[in-house]
This record gives sequence, C-alpha cells and structure tokens, in this order.
Amino acid sequence: MTAASDVGYHAQRQARWHYGEVAFWLIVLACGFLFPSRYLIMTDILRLALFAMSLDLILGYAGIVSLGHAAFFGVGAYAAGLLALHGIINEPVLALVVAGLAAMVLGFGTSFLVIRGVDLTRLMVTLGIALLLEALAERFSNVTGGTDGLQGIEMQPIFGQIPFDMFGKAGFFYSLAVLFVLFLLARRVVHSPFGLSLRAIKNNPLRAAAIGIPVNRRLIAIYTLAAFYAGIAGALFTQTTAIASLDVFAFERSADLMLVLVIGGTGYLYGGLIGAVVFRMLQELFSTITPQYWQFWIGLVLVVIVLVGRQRLHRWVLYVPNLIIRQVAGRKAVVAVPESDT
Amino acid sequence: MTIALETRNLEKQFGGLRVTRDLSLKVEQGARHALIGPNGAGKTTVINQLAGVLKPNSGRILLEGQDITDLPVHKRVLRGLSRTFQINQLYPDLTALETIGLAVSERLGHGGDWWRRMGTRGDVNGEIAELLTRFHLLDVMNEQTVTLPYGKQRLLEIAVAIAAKPRVLLLDEPAAGVPESERHDILAVVGALPREVTVLLIEHDMDLVFSFADRISVLVSGALLTEGPPEQVARDPQVKAVYLGEEAVNV
Repeated sequence: MTAASDVGYHAQRQARWHYGEVAFWLIVLACGFLFPSRYLIMTDILRLALFAMSLDLILGYAGIVSLGHAAFFGVGAYAAGLLALHGIINEPVLALVVAGLAAMVLGFGTSFLVIRGVDLTRLMVTLGIALLLEALAERFSNVTGGTDGLQGIEMQPIFGQIPFDMFGKAGFFYSLAVLFVLFLLARRVVHSPFGLSLRAIKNNPLRAAAIGIPVNRRLIAIYTLAAFYAGIAGALFTQTTAIASLDVFAFERSADLMLVLVIGGTGYLYGGLIGAVVFRMLQELFSTITPQYWQFWIGLVLVVIVLVGRQRLHRWVLYVPNLIIRQVAGRKAVVAVPESDT
Repeated sequence: MTIALETRNLEKQFGGLRVTRDLSLKVEQGARHALIGPNGAGKTTVINQLAGVLKPNSGRILLEGQDITDLPVHKRVLRGLSRTFQINQLYPDLTALETIGLAVSERLGHGGDWWRRMGTRGDVNGEIAELLTRFHLLDVMNEQTVTLPYGKQRLLEIAVAIAAKPRVLLLDEPAAGVPESERHDILAVVGALPREVTVLLIEHDMDLVFSFADRISVLVSGALLTEGPPEQVARDPQVKAVYLGEEAVNV
C-alpha cells in the first residue's frame, strides 16, 4: 500500500460503518415491533434523541454551549402547529421541513449574537433568547393560543397515504424515519472536511484561524444547521402529539437536553441517542418508584456519572456486547466509545 | 530584489506601554531573515501583528506590495502568509493525519465541503502523505496529538504551517523547548525549506540564528536597533551590549 492510499484508508476510519452501529439501528427498529403498547414513550424518546443530536452538533463538534436550545424546538413546534391548524400546508413531511426552515432562519439570525464571546456569554445569550420567545408566545396569544396553546390540530395522513393512528404506531415509525434520515445527514457532515474543521475550532480556534479556516462562518453554519434539526424535533412533537403549548420553550427542556448529553456523551453523534434512551428510562423508573422524588435520583445518577467518568461507564456497559462481537467479527468491530469528553 | 513582507511605522500599545515603536521592516523575497532581541523586546507581538492576531494602533503591513493591515487571520493565510507558534497551538483531540489533512483541505478550498468524506480525494491524500513523511510523522499519524512526544508535536506545529504552502513563513522560535536529541530533526526541516519561501525567524538560539539567517534585525524595547548581514550584526557593539552580552552571561 502506498503512503497516499494508506492515508486515505485511515482518514476514513471513523466514517466507515461499524457493526455496532448497524446493530444499534436494527435494535431501534425492532423495538417498533416488539413493544406495540409503548409507542408513545418510544416516540417521545426519538424526539428527544433528535433534539439532543442537534445540541451535540454544536456542543460536541463546535464547542458552542447553549442553555436555550428549546428556542428552536419551540419555533419548530409552533410553526408545525400553525401550518396544520390553518391548513396552510397539510402534508406533514412538507410541513415538517418548512417548520425546520423557520427555526433555521431564527438560528441564522441569532448565531451572530451567539458566536461572539466566551462560554458564559453564550449560555446567557442562548438562555435569554429562549426566554424572550416564550414571553413573546405568551404575549401574542391571538396567534399562539397563549397559555392554552394551539388546540384542535388535526394531522393529515403522511404523503396523503398513512394516517396518524391513536396508538401512535404511524407516529413512531414516522419519527424514526425522520431521525434516521437526519442522522445519516449529520454523519455525513461530521466526517467531511467541514465537520473536521469544527472539531479543530473547538480544540483551538487560534490555530484554526491560522490555517485559513473562517472560524465565524463555520460556527454560523453549524449553529444554523443545528437550529434546523431542533426545529424538526419540535415540529415532530406537535405533529405526533397534536398539541403545541408554551412549555415547548421552557427552560427545563433546554436543561434536560444538557443532562441527556452528559449521560450519553458528546462528539460521536450517538451520545444524544443513547442519552435520550437512558434519561427517559431513568425518569420512568424513578417516577414509578417515587413519584415525588424522581428528580433527586436523576440528580444522584448525574453526580455519579460525572464522578466515575462516562468513558469508564461506557466500557463497563459495552464490555459484554464487545466480547461477543469480538468473537464473531474480530477485533476491529467493537462498538465505538466516544472519543472526546466535554 | 522584491520585498515579500514589509511593515511601515508599525505602532502597538498595551495601555500606556509601547510594545512596538515605529517599526519599519523589510523582508526580501526568498530571504532568511531573523528577528532577534532580548526577552520582552516585543518580537512575538510583531509576529502577532503580522499574522493578524493583534491589530496595530497605527502603521501598515504589506504582503507582496498589498496592504493586509485590515485583513483577518484566515484571509492572510489564503494570501500566502503562514506562521508557527512559540508555544504549540495544536488540536489535542485530533490525530496528526487529521491536523495536516485539514490544513491541506482548507488550502485547496475544500474546507467548507460538508458532503464528501475526508480521505476520498486523491490529491489531498497524496499531499498529506508527502508532508507526514517529510516531517517524520507517518508512523504516528493515527495518534491523538496530545499523546505525541514534544519533539513530534513541534514537528507537527511546523508541518501545519507548511501545509498552507506559504510564500512567507513566520517561524516563532521553532526549536523552543525541544530536547537536544530531537533538535536535529527540527533544524533539518527548517533548513530544507525551499528557497522560494521567504522566512522570518524569531529565535533565541544564537547558533541557529547565525547558521540560518542571511539578514538579521535586532529589536530592543519594541524599536529597531540595527539591521544587517550576520557578520555585521555580530560585530555591532550596541548589539553586543544589549543582547549577545546577556547571552554570554547566560552561558
């Protein structure tokens, strides 16, 4: 092998599909058939996963912290709700994209405020924007329905063919398809030169500029893309639950998202997905055991995760699966562990 | 001779402190020009202004006759001005392969490409392989930068700057902190730079300066003290007094 082809091979190392990844998606798909009574919670997890993947794009790759990611979720949710309520766009997939674009416009507009300054400034600016939007949504209740939210949303069939059913089956597979398509896109983006340049900016913005990377432009681009993803997640929320209320902008929503990524890890795309599953499961588990104090236990779990270290936890959790995979498919196929810690 | 890089009456103040005083410097094309001076003379401040990290209070900077004073850092790189850092400025989480691959991609205009995967362009791969080989990094290309020994990191630091294919290269103490055993690699790499690349070198190591440079400017307290070929600067009594004398004491 020549040095150049060797370089090409190793440069694509991360971009190749691992057995673990294929297994992950097959398991997710299988869940749709194995647990027909759990569509609602599983759809909820998919939405949260997409939303978390959006935050991972800016936090895990570009190093932009945000406490106001619900702003984009909310705009997507209301956009989808209004489109359906007033019959502007009846076809859900098209409405989904338009709602995502609405959030994207907001993302682009606010990106100029966010990319300036350091982490603390960013936390405050993002938080402020989300609070601002929540207040605006409450003020203009003639459009948003105020504290009652948008009511009486009726969703038309997907592509005019597949109606949303009361068990949430269509909603689940619809959400899964959206998540998977957007995951594929994100996967493509993070393994491109553009994605690599984001990681470089996160690591060392000074050096990134010194090799000719237009740092601000790249940050604006990824922030805008992340806003699109979050908007889609919000639109999915409205479309699958047929409600949009003020809590789509709530601070808790943005804060939960951070917890999801603390659990799942950042910078390898699966962090948001795994984190969403674990977070919702823990929430379910603890609220069944102690309906009043479940937040205490979630908090305790988070402290343990931070103290023990997520990488070590991942190694423990993946120990047995990797042992099996190694037997079947050889050493190289083991399930990826996040490469960077935030 | 054409002038590759020039400053005209450059001034920089931090509060009341004048760190660059009316500095007019001309670096000829293809030159091996060294900028020396005692600690605190403001050498790195000059480099930072040339590279665009700091904005001068007044004065102009010209690259190949074009005024670049108001250009941001990344645009100067695209115009052919690249630099290394006195203290390594690398990407701890990225591998040597990724670090160089990114620099090459950016230069060839693929940096904004969000669709095609890294490693699928033959011309980029070829150039990465060539650089990794030239800088003795091929065997460690898949290791994260943070895990590399310091000498290798130093080589990577220079390789990244070279990957931008500069016509003017600013070297900020390339051998700083490198253990004796690994100095040879660095010096060989610096010495082997093609002649068409103009080099402005900042260095404390007098052996390196006098073996490498064909022209030396001496900076004291932010102002130009003297300038000339190495023999002349070495004989200059003023220079001996402020700089070489101090060096001799250190030895």
